[in-house]
Amino acid sequence: MTFDPHLAAIRFGTGLSPYLPPPSSIEAMLERLAGPDVAARAIPAMSYTEALAIERAFAQANRQARNGETAAIRAAARAERDRLRRLVEPTRLAQFRTVLARQVASEDALRERLLLFWANHFTARPKTTVAGILIAPYVEEAIRPHVAGRFADMLTAVALHPVMVAYLDQARSIGPGSIQGRQSGRGLNENYARELLELHTVGVGGGYTQEDVRQLALLLTGVTVAEGQTVYRPRWAEPGAETVLGRTYPAEADLATVQAVLADLAVRPETARHLARKLAVHFVSDAPEERLVEALAGEWLASGGDLLAVTGALLRHPAAWSPRKDKVKPPVDFIASALRALGLGADFLLPLGFRETRRLLANPLAVMGQPWQDPPGPDGWPEAPEAWITPQFMAARIDWAMNRPEEMQPDLPDPRDFVRIALGPAAREEVIFAAHAAERPSEAIGVILASSDFQRR
Amino acid sequence: MAVLLNRRQMIGGLALGCSAAASPLVTPIAFARAPWEERLVVLILRGAMDGLDAVRPVGDPAFRALRPTLSEGGLPLDGWWELHPALGPLLPLWQAGEFGAAHAVATPYRDRRSHFDGQDILEAGTGGPDLMRLRDGWLNRALALLPGVEAETAFAIGREHLLILSGQVPVSQWSPEARLRLSPQARRLIESVQHDDPLFRDASLMAMEIVDELAAEAEEGGQAMMAGPAAGGGPHGQLADFAASRLRGETRIASFSLGGWDTHVQQAQNLTRALGRLAETILALKDGLGPLWDRTAVLCLTEFGRTARENGSGGTDHGTGGAMLFAGGALRGGRVLGDWPGLDEADLYQGRDLMPTRDVRAHAAWVLRAFAGLSRPDLEGTVFPALDMGSDPGLVL
Repeated sequence: MTFDPHLAAIRFGTGLSPYLPPPSSIEAMLERLAGPDVAARAIPAMSYTEALAIERAFAQANRQARNGETAAIRAAARAERDRLRRLVEPTRLAQFRTVLARQVASEDALRERLLLFWANHFTARPKTTVAGILIAPYVEEAIRPHVAGRFADMLTAVALHPVMVAYLDQARSIGPGSIQGRQSGRGLNENYARELLELHTVGVGGGYTQEDVRQLALLLTGVTVAEGQTVYRPRWAEPGAETVLGRTYPAEADLATVQAVLADLAVRPETARHLARKLAVHFVSDAPEERLVEALAGEWLASGGDLLAVTGALLRHPAAWSPRKDKVKPPVDFIASALRALGLGADFLLPLGFRETRRLLANPLAVMGQPWQDPPGPDGWPEAPEAWITPQFMAARIDWAMNRPEEMQPDLPDPRDFVRIALGPAAREEVIFAAHAAERPSEAIGVILASSDFQRR
Repeated sequence: MAVLLNRRQMIGGLALGCSAAASPLVTPIAFARAPWEERLVVLILRGAMDGLDAVRPVGDPAFRALRPTLSEGGLPLDGWWELHPALGPLLPLWQAGEFGAAHAVATPYRDRRSHFDGQDILEAGTGGPDLMRLRDGWLNRALALLPGVEAETAFAIGREHLLILSGQVPVSQWSPEARLRLSPQARRLIESVQHDDPLFRDASLMAMEIVDELAAEAEEGGQAMMAGPAAGGGPHGQLADFAASRLRGETRIASFSLGGWDTHVQQAQNLTRALGRLAETILALKDGLGPLWDRTAVLCLTEFGRTARENGSGGTDHGTGGAMLFAGGALRGGRVLGDWPGLDEADLYQGRDLMPTRDVRAHAAWVLRAFAGLSRPDLEGTVFPALDMGSDPGLVL
């Protein structure tokens, strides 16, 4: 129940690699995490501004295509709209390659795992197909800078990011007693306030009432989106003070009140407990030891929601190093760790074409049950191994493992070496035997990657 | 702890598994039969089908003016209604009372007209203040209320996530797209490396079993194809064939989706293609189900209707009220259900869309009531929150 470099790379990273050494110690992992974001610098991502320009141009062309003054204007707008629409899927898959390349190539793989964890915690989905290209920039700009920072900062960045404001309908929520509300007769939308409590902070057992949800929704009025940017409109904000979970916030209609409630929610004991448990479930076991959850929640409260400190408490806890691998890699992590073990890196992924990306990576991911950035709902992807290892999803994993590696890496490694690279010194005899007994190298690689030994962590 | 874990994994493997009763891994003990014999297929038509074009109210004096280019070539049904020509292959079913429509229906979703939200709400079956509570699907909540439900009782078909069937009750899923090409040796090795991990072992074995079964059926089907009519090639045909194969066994509820309904431009061509695929799908289900067709209901649901007026591109835009098509020998077809709201300017919803006169969920609820015996309070509270089922439309025979 102590640190093991190979287990560290598998459980808290993106797997083993023939080129990248596993972490040498817990302190080394934390030092990297506390340091500069090397992977983001080496493999830059598309900015929100850049993606929004495409989305806005599409929206404008779409309007012109319908309402343009002359047939010629409408025809030109239609052509422009169709051109932009054809950019959407290639752009989304380029963003996917960027995320995957960092997972595959980074020595600071813990950061990439935390990124996926928090991005899933703050799941947002697009309202239109074209808005799909805004999701990756949202994760990059609202979540990534804070994975080793303060939770309150991440929560605030998410809450004020136009993608989240639009996704959970905050953009449409108007204080019924506000100037705009009284003029338009439109009113409150509680969707975001409810998810903010139930999913993002105190959790479903967090002791809030329907009245807390309503009060929080009233407090959030004014926050909306215009032209793809978050704006605060005092004319939409409900007048008067609001009381959320026993604390009363000032009547001022301004962003500072919103920031104050988020800062409070971020460090509540219920939030600490909810997220301590969620972290333990994600990284260690669906039924984590109580003392592990308590240690993380304690660190959360002691540090005021410092995610570097909480991650440190996770890594330093003996329960985190149980040799039994209770968790299953979700499909994205499975594919990333397979590429990493095969020695495929950013130089393979980044130049990959749209069609190849779709055929080799994105379509298989969907058949494995995890279409890229398309989780079922605001609660994100499931954690339970049983949700991922169904007959259909298993068939997709096996089929990918058997057939795709050879296409991507014609110079396949010797399976007898590969079994040690992929599984480390803990490789079981059955898998080592299979690596020797297969008829062809690609089949041996396939059996190793499809084995529960490789798929668990 | 270890025992508990194994037991949990074992249950998980079974619950999410397929053909469990036939699996050599499992002794056939607790396999209670599903409590009803009727088969329910729910087709989700993604993109918003134009109900006014699929089943045309040509008797309404305002119709032709609203649809100057989109009202040609309809197949007369009763003087008031005409069927879109692409649904011609289903005309014999209409005449036999096995195909029909409910018109001027909608989910409780209003005004935003977003496909994504509309489909989520359709599948979640929500209404009232909890309209946006999109956690699970209405078919799953219905399963939770029924005794004797096994994982195979309900099948989500296709690779997409089907919200309508997701939730607490384990259901089965398979995509005809899933492939598993393994040499005999690779297969043996997979079995040996997964042997000590029940979750992986059971899922792998069941996957291999389904693939074998499908291969055997394809071989038989290939021979039958020579003799009979083709059941519709393409992905929709595969989905329908697979659904029928499951429904011939222990499965009672199957769901999958068909796309191609978002006809903003050139609707004449585009809707013809989509309706043609739908007709092939329904016929493939009927062929595949054989005698079971008499106990089958197919409900075709879409997120909302389209504008009453055609637009300047020979298409229609996102609207509100629409139509639910239905088929199956267990239903009373050959007619169009619903209170017709009229198409005069003043009759339209917001002056632009067909006015919904009934919650489409009521029809699904009455079918569930007749098939599975669910109580009205359960249907109006749990399965479809804030639904008023209203009077029995007499959909089920």
